[in-house]
Amino acid sequence: MGARYVGAAVARVEDPRYLRGEARYVDDIKLPGLLHAAFLRSPHAHARFRGVDTARAAAMPGVVRVFTFADLEPFLKPLPVFGAPPPGLAERIRFTIRPTVQYALGPGIARYAGEIVAMVVADSRARAEDAAEALEVEWEPLPAVVEMVAAARPESPRLYPDWPDNVAVGFTHAIGDADAAFGAADVVLEERFRIQRYVGMPIEPRGVVAAFDRRDGTLTTWNSTQVPHFVQQGLATALGLPPGRIRVVAPDVGGGFGTKAAGYPEDALIPIAALALGRPVKWSEDRREHMMAAAHARHQVHEIALAARRDGVILAVRDHIWLDLGAYSGWGIVLPYNTVAHLLGPYRIRNLQVEVAAVVTNKTPSAPYRGAGRPETVFAMDRAVDCLARRIGLDPAEIRRRNYLGADELPWDLGMPYRDGNPLVYDSGDFRSALEAALAAAGYAEFRGAQKRLRERGIYQGIGISGYVEGTGIGPFEGATVRLDLAGRVSVATGAASAGQGHETTFAQVAADALGVPLDWVTVVGGDTAAVAFGVGTFASRSAVNAGSSVHEAATAVRAKLVRAAARLLEAAPEDLTIEDGRVSVRGAPGSAVALAQVIQASLPTFARAGVAAPDFEATACHHVPTVTWASAVHVVRLQVDPETGVVTLLRYVVAHDCGKVINPRIVDGQVHGGVAQGIGGALYEELVYDEHGQLLTGSLMDYLVPTAMEVPPIETVHLEYPSPRNPLGVKGLGEGGAISPPAAIANAIEDALEPWGVRVTETPVSPARLLALIGSRRTA
Amino acid sequence: MKPAPFAYHAPRALDETLGLLARHGDEAKILAGGQSLVPLLNFRLARPAVVVDINRMSGLGEIREEDRQIAVGALVRQRRLEVWAQQGFPLLADALRYVGHHAIRTRGTVAGSLAHADPAAELPALLVCLEGSVVARSPAGHREVRARELFVSHLTTSLRPDELITEVRLPRLHTGAGWGFLEVARRHGDFALVGAAAVVSLADGRIAEPRVALFGCGATPVRASRAEAILAGQPPTPEAVVAAARDAAGALAPESDLHATAEYRRRVAQTLMVRALGLAIGRARGNGP
Amino acid sequence: MTRVIRVRVNDQAHERQVEVRRTLADFLREDLDLTGTHLGCEHGVCGACTVLLEGEPVRACLLLAVQADGARVTTVEGLAAGGRLHPLQEAFRAHHALQCGYCTPGILLTAAAFLAEHPRPAREQIREMLAGTLCRCTGYQFIVDAVAAAAQAMSP
Ligand SMILES: Cc1cc2nc3c(=O)[nH]c(=O)nc-3n(C[C@H](O)[C@H](O)[C@H](O)COP(=O)(O)OP(=O)(O)OC[C@H]3O[C@@H](n4cnc5c(N)ncnc54)[C@H](O)[C@@H]3O)c2cc1C
Ligand code: FES
Ligand code: FES
Repeated sequence: MGARYVGAAVARVEDPRYLRGEARYVDDIKLPGLLHAAFLRSPHAHARFRGVDTARAAAMPGVVRVFTFADLEPFLKPLPVFGAPPPGLAERIRFTIRPTVQYALGPGIARYAGEIVAMVVADSRARAEDAAEALEVEWEPLPAVVEMVAAARPESPRLYPDWPDNVAVGFTHAIGDADAAFGAADVVLEERFRIQRYVGMPIEPRGVVAAFDRRDGTLTTWNSTQVPHFVQQGLATALGLPPGRIRVVAPDVGGGFGTKAAGYPEDALIPIAALALGRPVKWSEDRREHMMAAAHARHQVHEIALAARRDGVILAVRDHIWLDLGAYSGWGIVLPYNTVAHLLGPYRIRNLQVEVAAVVTNKTPSAPYRGAGRPETVFAMDRAVDCLARRIGLDPAEIRRRNYLGADELPWDLGMPYRDGNPLVYDSGDFRSALEAALAAAGYAEFRGAQKRLRERGIYQGIGISGYVEGTGIGPFEGATVRLDLAGRVSVATGAASAGQGHETTFAQVAADALGVPLDWVTVVGGDTAAVAFGVGTFASRSAVNAGSSVHEAATAVRAKLVRAAARLLEAAPEDLTIEDGRVSVRGAPGSAVALAQVIQASLPTFARAGVAAPDFEATACHHVPTVTWASAVHVVRLQVDPETGVVTLLRYVVAHDCGKVINPRIVDGQVHGGVAQGIGGALYEELVYDEHGQLLTGSLMDYLVPTAMEVPPIETVHLEYPSPRNPLGVKGLGEGGAISPPAAIANAIEDALEPWGVRVTETPVSPARLLALIGSRRTA
Repeated sequence: MKPAPFAYHAPRALDETLGLLARHGDEAKILAGGQSLVPLLNFRLARPAVVVDINRMSGLGEIREEDRQIAVGALVRQRRLEVWAQQGFPLLADALRYVGHHAIRTRGTVAGSLAHADPAAELPALLVCLEGSVVARSPAGHREVRARELFVSHLTTSLRPDELITEVRLPRLHTGAGWGFLEVARRHGDFALVGAAAVVSLADGRIAEPRVALFGCGATPVRASRAEAILAGQPPTPEAVVAAARDAAGALAPESDLHATAEYRRRVAQTLMVRALGLAIGRARGNGP
Repeated sequence: MTRVIRVRVNDQAHERQVEVRRTLADFLREDLDLTGTHLGCEHGVCGACTVLLEGEPVRACLLLAVQADGARVTTVEGLAAGGRLHPLQEAFRAHHALQCGYCTPGILLTAAAFLAEHPRPAREQIREMLAGTLCRCTGYQFIVDAVAAAAQAMSP
């Protein structure tokens, strides 16, 4: 098998339909008799309500039905939850986990502003909205629990009265002997860092269309989701239908970033409405709904301490971590444990002690978003390391050189389990080479000289570094089915839905190479539960590893079947056959070549003869991925600060990264760029802000500031390929990585630029007002 | 997010428009470029019973050059004025480039921005700085409303519901005058956190007729009158400029919001005023005799 | 309240009765089935709905359909003349300037109008033009490259 396509920057096969405006997103789907839903959502962050008076709304023009909890009770099961600790992890760490029960449509209580209270179905969206406004609800407001650290204290009002406090997931964890290391340290650095709420904000909001076919009792639903098989399972539970009767299709999806990997009330409510009404129903989330009802992410507080020797060698880390879950805890240990598992990153640190509290608050529930705990934890760690460097007078690059693990130290066993319960062992990579490569590409050494000269002219430029090591490709598997048609053309189906990642191209590259066919023979379908029976979905940088491996495995199995049949047809030994460019031949005898179509057709019986082999050119694989494989990167950013306005201008951004074997460098670059842009948003612009009553103040894209092309500087990438030993393709995940380091790198660079004033950046986004306040307090001090 | 129902009129003649406004009073909303009104309709934050679309009216689409001013019809789009201003009215072009983005300026009108009276918007500040005015018409006749009387408060003007701005009057700069227009926004194209517009002339090496408007730091654009008085007749030194800017900033009553604190706005207003005046003085020197 | 409007979209005349509160974006998508015009915010910020009105870029979510009565509109579906991809579309593919594709139609139309005015744009001008349309996937780098390449390809 030659690698003809894997590794090549082939142009994406899916592009033409997008470019012509012919892609089909959920909101583009129209069905005869389609009805439209709108929701009444709680205006209060925390309130009980008694009955919803639907009379006036139900009588309005175009309204077909109004649904409240009472109308739907038999269908309303608690929404699915994830993140129970697997055995290997549960043995090692004692988690306190308090489950929350969330219904698609609340029974008498709302725990965040935006929670659904009632659903209106009408003949147009505008009319559904008219009617939703006419619903009357009697509210009894309760105290809103908003600020997370305060909410974790026992004296705080509680969201769930039968809990002792608002901590939904709590644990402590230690490796080595942190106390001894702190006792022996020359330097102890303590700091408190705050990472704000911010989130993926795909440009396409969510959407669901559902239609029930009475004739065969099947439900089809189109959902702008990253996880169609999860949605299918949720619906099977809610509706009491077998999974085979429920088809979930994620058509073209306009960005996900984790936001669309959660299970949502609307996933169930729209199908339920379609069932109840016997007509297809559509709901297209609008931006206002998206801001308050699609998952939020990120908000964490770290009280971190580093113990170090005078020469900068870090001996131990202590960290007290709070995470804001919002009103419901749907993800168990996923975010809190991810945060811990990625805290040490590329640093050689043997002693760690953490205390973690994931806290419920009266805000929109949070879910994993691109990086899922990593950007937060890397911010705390890399900021602390820079503070330490400054304290002992070391350059930030030098302190990293002294503490980064060397390539010769890998595999590196952290002495703790990963989230999947298996030992956390960095499998491959070279973090120091990544550091040097990034520094060189950014011109670090030269910049230090230039920086001084600029400062003398009153120009404040800075450079910042951040690195991470990321567990990617979490298993346990992804389903893939590979099948040939009569002409030898290939269809590949996987559970890994694409939301722009280019799966139709990358998986085609993998399948084409494994089979020995031209790329354009392969069609990839992701996100249709009818096309592949078992699947998981696209999130956590998992698809290249999981789906890629399964596609490879299934395609390899199909190839074996082809070879077996061709051997009969050509009367040759199977091991003597090769498949290239869609033709099978005996090695060394090109004249023997026959087209795959011939092999397939020869396998089908005719009146004259039986087939040469079983006409089975299909295989399904769920490649087992027991644990993650470790990708890594170092980011370096250069920027300029206007100390009189607090405005930060990014000048250059460099990423040196290892995502194992690269399937398509063009697509990899695109993923990195996109991740960095989102990280820039987190560093400087984006924040979901609540007031003390739990009202979201950033309810539109006027106030929630997604970076534009003017805010994202030129980005350079350096690819370092250290193939993963943990999967047949040697690949690692890279979807999330770009978003991990920018907040830390940018904050570090800002401090570097403002070194004369000793400014310390402890929270993001670093808005001009925040920064000027920091500068001001230093200048006058 | 679809608008609540409304009745729609697209009158062509002035009388018809004014009649509709008079008839419906508070219930009616004028629709010009729609770049502020339609988002409010979509969010159902504005729920007029009647929308009076003035885009079909004739005679409001002209830019008229007069001796001492230019008269901009109510339907002149921001984009059109921007292109026009690139020759010969660079201050105007500078200010307009800060307004949203190309596709916003294609529709958004100059008059609409003034009527909307966002205190962080560029054009109201420009009108204040230039001592411009608008012509407002109602069935009762017409009146000229000067900038300082137009802006009452956050999103509030002194126009009555039955009044339509038909024309915006922007005085030209004196020959030899220099200008500076600067702002700080969170992202490119956003409304300003703070901004400053400044115009000065130099006479006998001294500052003459200084005019400064600050925006994003009060309920309306703020004319820095006292600071202007301090500057007038002074030599154009950095010290004089800083002293005036400090005075102006001290007189501001900015508010805190999501994007910046009051303290930030006050400090940066001072910084931008210094910089805008610096630009203006530099240009006046370059332009001067 | 409804009205009858006549609009020329991509050189084809349409006559429809519409509710006066319907936006041009909804009219294109719902009444004319031209679903290439996307809605990302419905308040003018994201630019996904950008179309050309008389050749100039406008937000279709901030224009009422009745306001387009008598006008000429170009949507992304009208960009590929006679089935051949527009040079911008070609360049977007060659430079990987799209991922999920949701922002792409608005960006293509904004860029088409821009290149008509600026046949030889500097990169900085391209970035400023792009600032009016949000893309959450690409980080913009390859979009800038693609617009620059299209400008090259289109200049005589
Ligand atoms: C994404 C985005 C970014 C923007 N960024 C900026 C920015 O940075 N700076 C900025 O200044 N603006 C910005 N705007 C607003 C834009 O400039 C608007 O065009 C302007 O504020 C209003 O002008 P309009 O013609 O669109 O008015 P409309 O939206 O039609 O009307 C606005 C208000 O003015 C009234 N009105 C309009 N015309 C008249 C008239 N002739 N007489 C009396 N009343 C009238 C209307 O009844 C309404 O109350 C932005 C808008 C968007 C959508
Ligand atoms: S949908 Fe029109 S600008 Fe976002
Ligand atoms: S490609 Fe997804 S928003 Fe631009």
